[in-house]
Amino acid sequence: MDLQTKLRQEARKLLEEKLVDVVIGYEDEGAPLRTTPCFITDPQDVDRLVWNPFCDHNLARYLTARKDKAAVVAKGCDTRAIVVLINENQIERKNVNILGMPCGGIVDRKKIYNHLKNGDVREAVLKDKVITVKGLEFTADLMVDDFLADCCLSCRHRNPVLCDVQIGENLPPLDVKDEYKKIKQLEESTSEERWEYFRKTLSKCIRCYACREACPLCYCQQCFTDQNFPAWVGKTTDISDTIVFHIMRAFHTTGRCVDCGACERSCPNNVDIRMLTKKIAKDVKELFGDEAGLQLEEKAPLSFYNEDDPQDFIK
Amino acid sequence: MKTIKKDKINTVLDFLIKKYQVFGPVQKDDLVVDFGRIQNGAQACLEFSNTNEPAKKLFFPQAETLFSYTGSDAAQVSELKPEKPRIIFGMRPCDAKSLSLLDAVFDGPDYKDPYYIVKRKNTTIFTLACRRPRSNCFCDSLGIGPFSKKDTDVFMADLGDRYVFEPITPGGADILNKIPGLENARPTDAERLKNLRSEAESKVARKVDLDNLPEKLARIFDHPFWDGIHQKCLGCGICTYLCPTCHCFDIVDEQKDDKGRRIRIWDSCSYPTFTLEASGHNPRATGKERMRQRLMHKFRYFVENYGEIACVGCGRCINHCPVGSDLIREIENINNLK
Repeated sequence: MDLQTKLRQEARKLLEEKLVDVVIGYEDEGAPLRTTPCFITDPQDVDRLVWNPFCDHNLARYLTARKDKAAVVAKGCDTRAIVVLINENQIERKNVNILGMPCGGIVDRKKIYNHLKNGDVREAVLKDKVITVKGLEFTADLMVDDFLADCCLSCRHRNPVLCDVQIGENLPPLDVKDEYKKIKQLEESTSEERWEYFRKTLSKCIRCYACREACPLCYCQQCFTDQNFPAWVGKTTDISDTIVFHIMRAFHTTGRCVDCGACERSCPNNVDIRMLTKKIAKDVKELFGDEAGLQLEEKAPLSFYNEDDPQDFIK
Repeated sequence: MKTIKKDKINTVLDFLIKKYQVFGPVQKDDLVVDFGRIQNGAQACLEFSNTNEPAKKLFFPQAETLFSYTGSDAAQVSELKPEKPRIIFGMRPCDAKSLSLLDAVFDGPDYKDPYYIVKRKNTTIFTLACRRPRSNCFCDSLGIGPFSKKDTDVFMADLGDRYVFEPITPGGADILNKIPGLENARPTDAERLKNLRSEAESKVARKVDLDNLPEKLARIFDHPFWDGIHQKCLGCGICTYLCPTCHCFDIVDEQKDDKGRRIRIWDSCSYPTFTLEASGHNPRATGKERMRQRLMHKFRYFVENYGEIACVGCGRCINHCPVGSDLIREIENINNLK
């Protein structure tokens, strides 16, 4: 039985037995290369659920606002976000039923658009690992694995770290060659080069806050950007205001970011948002040996002190 | 109608740059084409479908200083002097139409916005007919169409090997007459244009029925439909910021030491803070009220206030919605409500 059928079966069972009020999953509304989040409450509707490499949203994002009992379709990284949310007391373990999906990576459709020289994809059909895309003037067969999101290419946690039901067998670990290749390049560049890179990519930001809203861990009731008394950060698209917003948001994810890539995928202007969070995740791993969201009751690295914590920054 | 070979288009731009501030589509990265200042003709990217961001920011910038002040002195409002005249080169007809809708707001009988008007009056629009409508374009349903000659000063079209220019307003004709190197259009160009127009129109695959929408919306303010529609919405500002007609703004003051300025910045009805009152009360408390407001404003209130729908069918809100919300499908669902 394929994973999608299994997923629908589990969802039907949960709703029929009234174990949950809602199943949050993905459905296909016909837009090529995309799925859209759906909220299913009637067991008769479970056949709307789909599972494919276009299921790119991190649905953990919807859990914090809910008071009911929800089942959520969650990939490896999504389950890590759920663990962080539970550890940070934002959701209760008993209120969330995790339908864990071992995940071979999701497609970054911006890579496909790029490959097609910004060609207008009007139809996409997925069969096994091949996506047949059609535009008005082209047809192309593309391999899913050639267009995986960057975060998936360096993913070390493809299988759910926490779930109530796992749909399908564990996938073998990915042979990650150089997880931090891009970050190392940035680290090795001169400060002028880095500044130029930040300036170039962040100047495209339009302050729409899609990155913040798509992030499951950006749940602050009042974001620092929305405060006006005192105003922590200017609201204009002046590069200094924009950079402050992104740096502060990235800092707030320190030791918490699970590198699901939702921020970057939501960006309408192709801003390289992940380079900041990935760099911080690398530092946290090197300094504290910590990766976010791997186990319950784990303390966040910046929330406690060990005597053997690195101190060589004190001069 | 005038014409010039495609490989000579840079000379047209280089000529215009001498006398005007020229803005046009510029490649920002592999995927993003946006309006930018063009300093030499080679910077313009005229092979594109549409700009990522609409043209509104050239008239209604995302952040604009209204006035500045020092110490306890009265605020200094510098006189709004028109800058060097501007040309927007290569705007799509949908964006050109959006400017006529924004005119109703910022230059209407009741309210005149000097900041907008000074830029608008100082600008000549060269639209470039759209030969590459994308899958989510529906300009046709708004009565615009990819080859619309409305709301522009000069209409341009790409014939493959040449561009043709057609003056629409006297101001557009004046500029066109001064551009050196333009030849008279060939006798067959009108026919060619007609064929290209049909071809482009056939690419606008999506349609939406808007005939009874304003009246329908007036009847369904309390319909349970709104309870579900917002569920997946993230509450980000993409659909409003990338909309050529959305024009809501906030006013903020910035002060450092004794120097300050008042700035107008874009705001979005998708944000909870948009209607948050000082008391802490929020009349649009949840995504339900906020999404209802967005649709009501575009398709009902704007019609009641200005007689037209505040949408040009550019499809940007659909293309860029991070959770795949689809305006056309939402309207279809509303049309189908009992």
